Amino acid sequence: MTERASEIVKFDNVGLRYGADQEVLSDLSFTLFPGSFYFLTGASGAGKTSLLKLLYLAQRPSRGGVRMFGRDMITLPRTEFPSFRRRLGVVFQDFRLVEHLSAFDNVALPLRLAGTDEGRVLKAVNDMLDWVNLSHRAEARPETLSGGEQQRVAIARAVIARPQLLIADEPTGNVDPDMALKLLRLFEALNNRVGTTVVVATHDVQLIQKVPEPLIMRLNKGRLSDPTGALRYPPARAKTPSVPGNLFGAGDKSGGRPGDRPGDRPGDRR
Amino acid sequence: MSGENGTISARQAARLLPKARFGGPIPWVIAILIALVVVAASGGLTLCNLMQNARADLSDAVTVQIIEANPQTRSERAQAAASALASQPLVTSVRIVPEEELVTLLEPWLGTSAASQDLPIPALIDVELSGRASAKEIDQLQAALDRAVPGTKVEADSSWLRPVYNALAAVQWLALALIALVAFLTAWAVWLAARNAFTNHRETVEIIHLLGGTDRQITRVFERSVLREAAFGAGIGLALGLVIVWLVGQQFVALDSGMIGGGQLGWKDWLVIAAIPIVGVLLSLITGRITISLALRAML
Repeated sequence: MTERASEIVKFDNVGLRYGADQEVLSDLSFTLFPGSFYFLTGASGAGKTSLLKLLYLAQRPSRGGVRMFGRDMITLPRTEFPSFRRRLGVVFQDFRLVEHLSAFDNVALPLRLAGTDEGRVLKAVNDMLDWVNLSHRAEARPETLSGGEQQRVAIARAVIARPQLLIADEPTGNVDPDMALKLLRLFEALNNRVGTTVVVATHDVQLIQKVPEPLIMRLNKGRLSDPTGALRYPPARAKTPSVPGNLFGAGDKSGGRPGDRPGDRPGDRR
Repeated sequence: MSGENGTISARQAARLLPKARFGGPIPWVIAILIALVVVAASGGLTLCNLMQNARADLSDAVTVQIIEANPQTRSERAQAAASALASQPLVTSVRIVPEEELVTLLEPWLGTSAASQDLPIPALIDVELSGRASAKEIDQLQAALDRAVPGTKVEADSSWLRPVYNALAAVQWLALALIALVAFLTAWAVWLAARNAFTNHRETVEIIHLLGGTDRQITRVFERSVLREAAFGAGIGLALGLVIVWLVGQQFVALDSGMIGGGQLGWKDWLVIAAIPIVGVLLSLITGRITISLALRAML
């Protein structure tokens, strides 16, 4: 299979079925490019979550080829999956927070698993919690957080390690419109300034309309359509509006963590 | 402090799973199993020492038996045999067992009739040898005696204890089998508990996996639980086992028997017993690691 070096994800005639049931995804062929921002839409049961599971490496397809970051995921030994998963950020539809860990520790998890120095973890997590307005709930366990707060913790955990590919399943489903817009701006900041490729599965038409010329992948009964030419190369890349706040620092697409950049305020609370 | 890339510090690992008990009753199961092993091993080692001491005492001695109904003739033949034995290079001392002593020995079985002249008692000669005699040397001794006093019978002392040795050896094997069985049960209990713990924390494990946690990181989290619980159980088990061994030992000391005294545990034996909980913890750790690794391999 030939491909462009810049491709983040390439699906080739992918199908997915659970057990002996009918395929929930059929003949998916598309490419995601670095620095692009995609919306994944479709009716309930169209297969959005199944497609996201393939993207965040929770599932192998039943057929077809999947390449991510230049590697064939079908033949990739499972021992190598963690290093690829660390390049992803995932906002799960049901949040999937670790129940016995505090909001702080949940957000810190990706950094700690990657062996990040605890001092940097402390600063980055405090900055991130501050940004999602949860500093006052840093020590709270998920069960004591509201749905919206849990969702913000989940989002903070997904973006804390500055992933190369951010996958969000209905990330604004439980937050008010203001917070939804703020989170969208966070995703855009990651996309614009860090170069993260973003895939947001959503029903929220108003959210999509907040983005000028959005790239939309639409799933219908497990099959993909490309109403905006999002999957063409080069994609019809939309300009995203400027991002409030300085969480990811202007022009920074290379590295470092949120708390490292100039302008980030110190937030050592522990 | 964080570890290298791909690792996670012990403190952080400890926080990934709740501090709930690893498997509920598992420390107590391990405690009971370790106590059983301590008791079985102590028993086995005691029997081993007892056999070794008995062998050492008996292997360099023989008994010569002279069966003769006539007391006068029996006495003369015993004297002749003693003289013949004394001239043998292998023999260091010869003692004709006095008839009164024989009567005393037999009295518990034969009653007062043992002293009766109507019941002929064979003459016995205790012979000490310069070292452990081979079967060939015993045969040579018998041949020399036959030339001097025909009709005598030489018996190595160790030979009449052979059934006792065999019985003790069988008990030793039984103790070993018990230890092996308990080791298997310990591994099985840990396997069940680890699987149970893994199932209980499957959601957390899946999240950690999806966030980029490695099998090693996840296994290490469970290993900490196994280590804590197994060490606790092994410590309790050792203490319990030692109390039982001490109590049983007191009962045997009360017997005040020379043979039982030969079974006393030495410092090497105590080292072996002290190693039991360590081996138990290691066995639990290895079992826990294998169980969790296999369970993780079933996940993507």
